[in-house]
Amino acid sequence: MVKIVVESLYFRYPEASDYALRNISFRIVEGESVAILGENGAGKTTLAKNLNGLLKPTEGSVKIDGVDTRNLSVAKIARKIGFVNHNPEHQFFAEKVEDEVRFGLRNFGFSEEAADKTIQEVLNVFGLEEYRGKNPFQLSGGEKKRLAIASIMAWRPEALIVDEPTIGMDYAQKLNIRRVLRSIVSEGRCVIVITHDVDFAASICERAIILSRGEVIGDGRLRDLLSDDKLVEKASLRKPFLIELEKETGLTGLEEDFDAISSTLVEVFQKCRS
Amino acid sequence: MAAVELRKLYFRYAGSEKPALTDIDLTIEEGESILITGPSGCGKSTLVRVLMGLIPHSYPGELKGEAYVFGMDVKNTPVSRIATRCGIVFQNPDNQLFTFSVEDDVAFGPENLALPPDEIGRRVDEALQLVGIEHLRHSSPNNLSGGEQQKAAIASILSMKPSLLIFDEPTSMLDPSSSASLIQRIFELKRSLDETGGKTTVIIVEHRIDLLLKHLSRIVVVSEGRVILDGDPLRVLEDSFRKKIPINIPPLLQIYFRVKDKCGLKNTPATVKELVSMLGGLPSNG
Repeated sequence: MVKIVVESLYFRYPEASDYALRNISFRIVEGESVAILGENGAGKTTLAKNLNGLLKPTEGSVKIDGVDTRNLSVAKIARKIGFVNHNPEHQFFAEKVEDEVRFGLRNFGFSEEAADKTIQEVLNVFGLEEYRGKNPFQLSGGEKKRLAIASIMAWRPEALIVDEPTIGMDYAQKLNIRRVLRSIVSEGRCVIVITHDVDFAASICERAIILSRGEVIGDGRLRDLLSDDKLVEKASLRKPFLIELEKETGLTGLEEDFDAISSTLVEVFQKCRS
Repeated sequence: MAAVELRKLYFRYAGSEKPALTDIDLTIEEGESILITGPSGCGKSTLVRVLMGLIPHSYPGELKGEAYVFGMDVKNTPVSRIATRCGIVFQNPDNQLFTFSVEDDVAFGPENLALPPDEIGRRVDEALQLVGIEHLRHSSPNNLSGGEQQKAAIASILSMKPSLLIFDEPTSMLDPSSSASLIQRIFELKRSLDETGGKTTVIIVEHRIDLLLKHLSRIVVVSEGRVILDGDPLRVLEDSFRKKIPINIPPLLQIYFRVKDKCGLKNTPATVKELVSMLGGLPSNG
């Protein structure tokens, strides 16, 4: 299973005068669920692209299972670490939804039979079955996003990096994506989520890495970091709803299940009244 | 005159069997602040394309019924003419930025309106300031982060000073504090334009509702190409909750709608703290 080790990573875009990432070190191991959080322009996407070899460090190193990304092809890394771009259109080029999913599978040597089966599965999971023959560019914003994730998930990379997975998603789809990402984690694979949606992050990720102006300003348990008012403000974030509710009520271990939370509140309310 | 008037509107994209919009009746008066929301794929973006005249002029398909924007019939008004009154910030900023500097992108619209150079300069300054990206003036849009691109796209529309401002998921790429301040700025901008005698209409298409709620005059919920709810924001949200329409009802309201009857709550809480104090400040201290 995959292990990503980042050591003293500095990254500067060609022709840029300043570093986009400075002195970043951490490791991510199998089964981890990590949220990368931070203000606009903090370097989240740049960091993600360094983790999957789309960008190579200017200084320092990123190693995947012990091998420096400089010595690995992007394709080889992609087999292990899937990356879902925040703009799905950057990823699409097939003329049919099913071919978009098939492309990666073919490249990674799946037999046609195995590919057919996998395509069927992921299209079902992501509620895209009815669009099978449609042009990806004709899908709605939320559907494009789901297809982008589906077509990477299909070849079952050991780690999945998803950039802004909840954009354009309605509530039902968010729950769906959450379920899928959680199941990846429960299989012992790794999920790295780049997001501004702190509630979504809190419902999936145990760990958070918080960036600000290209540097890591927090790395640890997501719950602890996002309970820290100063850190939350410094990173232009917001406290997740459940953390705030726990703080205000003294309740603990709340899960994002509004029926359950509401019954608990009503119960306690009635106890107080009587 | 209404800013938007749609009557029995129907649209089906060429090559698609199902219509994207069916039987839409919707009137939006000048000066209103409207949220259009609904499950993904419900037809929100299609509706916006009609308001800009992009449907039928740029997207082939079958259009029936009537659609007027400030009295202009979108079917026979050129998009360029509609664009002098309506500005749209698209979901995906990449689709909107095309020059080599943020400043040029923001100046592009006013230049096409053939405004005098000092007026163009003033508008560019103002627009950059409104979204808080003066420091990116000379940057190339290509080198900006997703959120910064989104701000640049918004500035490039604000510089046109449109009377109908349409935002298609304006905060989707922004961090929580930029989102809050952008929404704040949009409505401050509307207020200041209104104070000088204008009447700016704002239509926001968005999945995230929490930040917008206090600014809205109405919420319109579209589902499977039809308007299924339209009215007072809070009422529409409560109806959506009861009817299990999968829109992103803010978590605080998710709980409020569930507990209000059982606990006899009369007012809508604006914060978690308020909700808890309505419930009697429990249970941490007892």
